[in-house]
Amino acid sequence: MNNMSKQSHYKTTTAIQASLKKRYATERRFQWYGRLAVLTGFIFLFILLADIVSKGTPAFTQHFIKVDVIFDREKLGIDSSATPTEIAHADYSAAIKSSLRTMFPDASTRGEKKSLYRLISVGAQYSLRDMVIDNPALIGTTREIWLPAHSEAGSYLKNQVSKDLPESERKIKDIQIKWLDTLVEEGRTESRFNRTFFTSGDSREPEMAGIKAALYGSFYTLLVTFLLAFPIGVMAAVYLEEFAPRNRLTDLIEININNLAAVPSIVFGLLGLAVFINFFELPRSAPLVGGIVLALITLPTIIITSRAAIGAVSPSIHQAAMGVGASKLQTVVHHVLPVAMPGILTGSIIGMAQALGETAPLLMIGMVAFIMDVPGGVTDPSTVLPVQIFLWADSPERGFTEKTSAAIMVLMGFLVLMNALAVFLRKRFELK
Amino acid sequence: MKNCLIGAVVAFATFGSIHSVQAASRDSVSIVGSSTVYPFATVVAERFGRSTDFKTPTIESTGTGGGLKLFCSGLGTNTPDITNASRRIKMSEYDNCQTNGVTDIVEVLVGYDGIAIASSTESAQLEISLNDVYLALAKDVPDADGKLVANPNITWKDVNPLLPPTKIEVLGPPPTSGTRDAFVELAMAGGAKGVPDLKELSGLGADQVDEIKAMMVKLGVPLGVYEALAERKGKAPKGKDVFTTLAYAIREDGAFIEAGENDNLIVQKLQANPDAVGIFGFSFLDENRDKVQGAIVDGVVPTFDSIAGGEYPVSRPLYFYIKGAHVGKIPGIQEYAIEFTSLKAMGEDGYLPERGLIPLSGAEFIQIQDDVKTLKRLELQ
Repeated sequence: MNNMSKQSHYKTTTAIQASLKKRYATERRFQWYGRLAVLTGFIFLFILLADIVSKGTPAFTQHFIKVDVIFDREKLGIDSSATPTEIAHADYSAAIKSSLRTMFPDASTRGEKKSLYRLISVGAQYSLRDMVIDNPALIGTTREIWLPAHSEAGSYLKNQVSKDLPESERKIKDIQIKWLDTLVEEGRTESRFNRTFFTSGDSREPEMAGIKAALYGSFYTLLVTFLLAFPIGVMAAVYLEEFAPRNRLTDLIEININNLAAVPSIVFGLLGLAVFINFFELPRSAPLVGGIVLALITLPTIIITSRAAIGAVSPSIHQAAMGVGASKLQTVVHHVLPVAMPGILTGSIIGMAQALGETAPLLMIGMVAFIMDVPGGVTDPSTVLPVQIFLWADSPERGFTEKTSAAIMVLMGFLVLMNALAVFLRKRFELK
Repeated sequence: MKNCLIGAVVAFATFGSIHSVQAASRDSVSIVGSSTVYPFATVVAERFGRSTDFKTPTIESTGTGGGLKLFCSGLGTNTPDITNASRRIKMSEYDNCQTNGVTDIVEVLVGYDGIAIASSTESAQLEISLNDVYLALAKDVPDADGKLVANPNITWKDVNPLLPPTKIEVLGPPPTSGTRDAFVELAMAGGAKGVPDLKELSGLGADQVDEIKAMMVKLGVPLGVYEALAERKGKAPKGKDVFTTLAYAIREDGAFIEAGENDNLIVQKLQANPDAVGIFGFSFLDENRDKVQGAIVDGVVPTFDSIAGGEYPVSRPLYFYIKGAHVGKIPGIQEYAIEFTSLKAMGEDGYLPERGLIPLSGAEFIQIQDDVKTLKRLELQ
């Protein structure tokens, strides 16, 4: 009897042990699947980042070429009694061209001369103009001036062009390479931090293109979005969560808000075109309209996260406030909202980060456009960062490839910054 | 919480200011239209903005059809002032403009663009005729009996024994693109005219109903096509209408892949797949000579000179249209057009030909400059 019970006991334990072993193995396998999933995600992210960073880094430097610029009155097309307006409209490109010819007299044919002029950026004439306007005494003198290189010459100086390719297959010609090598030997080239990239708007010349206009456009657009979406979203969430009666109507509203969060963003763009531009006659391409459309897209996100944050506030806080005689409004404003604030802010900032990356709805309202001037307000035509990336990716000039990646780096930097802000605010409010 | 309330007040103030914004007029020129003209128009706009006191025009790339739709939607500051086009305005679009009050339109021809049929530099250079292009890409092609059947060609060798035995895989623009319109009109229709029956069909007039129908029977085309065309046009179609319906149809069995408006993407895909062939504007071929090469079409290599000289068969005119009623109301419209048509921009040594625009001949050029100065009104009949 005793023996039998022992035996059966032994049988059970071996059975349990065997199955236990199997269960542990399953768990270990499951954990490995999990690790593999995380690893795959990281590998993809790493490849993406490595590609963008390696392509984009060269865009942050720019090459300059030292040219002995002859500010010749005749070449500039002005006489000694020139008015400031005449000075502003003088032919500075002719001055640069003649200075280059003086430096490299071996450019004889028309084609060679054209190649010679292509060493220097088209934008150089505008910087010379600004210099002369500031200091008219330059006229008639010869000065050594560092001028920005053309993007093709720049890409050779950055070692991005292989000399082994046949001449017909590269943009930079043999004769240009010869001149550039001479310039390098004479110490007339210099690589500097690319300030233009952060201080100017879009351009069709890669070496003159910058993201300032797009940054300002993104700022104004997000400002409008925030000013609209945050107060409206939080008010709606507070009312729905704390004051609204629970009935069919509020249920319907809740379902609609949840559905709205899943509507494709291009639909909001069509709405923006039909309502704000065609009906209210707001200006096309303006951050005002862009901001309103993006506010509509982020509203559901803000309402849903704010409601969740308010709903998560402990009922004891409610009851305590009510107990000491606070009104419903006082309870909400003095006690519930401060506790829910970290959650509300996190939701709002993530909603804003999402709005920062939107392009599709902006296509319909004319913000996907070539805009060079930095916008000065919410009604000036402007574009936004992701649109600038799209436009550069679509440009035929090779120099824009690195600009595209550099702009992506800037955009990602801002997204990281916004998410960090969300984390920081949450931590700060939680400590209180 | 106070911040939140302040935010709400500002938000209401923003809504309130909507009314005042409405009244304010625009001070920069608004341009929409073709993605092919976009690279040229933006260069002009940039120079214009930097060298004058006017604001830089804003330019959207909406495609030719989309641009003309916006342009013709009416007058007022929320409609564009100029639209770019990679083909001439259609009669239907012109009529739409007229009914919406856009009656004063100035047409400006700016130059020509070639359409390249290109492949990766790693593959052998294709040497094809327009007829080959038609036979490779049309939805229906004539069989041995001359009847139109669903395109059976799988490799280029099936089309023409002289071509390589690689699979037909062509990346091209979608139907909304002006490049596509020009491609079907010049290459597909041009190639279809190499088929004698189709060529004869295209020459028949609207009154030759019996001849058209007889030819359709001969080609094995259901007569329903004729009836459908007659219904759509509201009158008897010409032989040419039936011809374009047949010749412009591109096969939909996967041999032709619509690659979107992004021409850089097509270049990248060609690099990845040396067997594929891409269709895009000449300026992209010119910029990417180290990655892709243009096919020799009808014995002509696509180069700057062959397109300018009219030898390369797949080239098309580029235009922009000015809304006359906006000139004088929005600053800079005519000045921008004058900059665009100036010798330093559009001339043979100008900065636009440097970007791949094929310039106009001398006489055309002077005529266009004159039209811009006098804002000559476009009359289509």
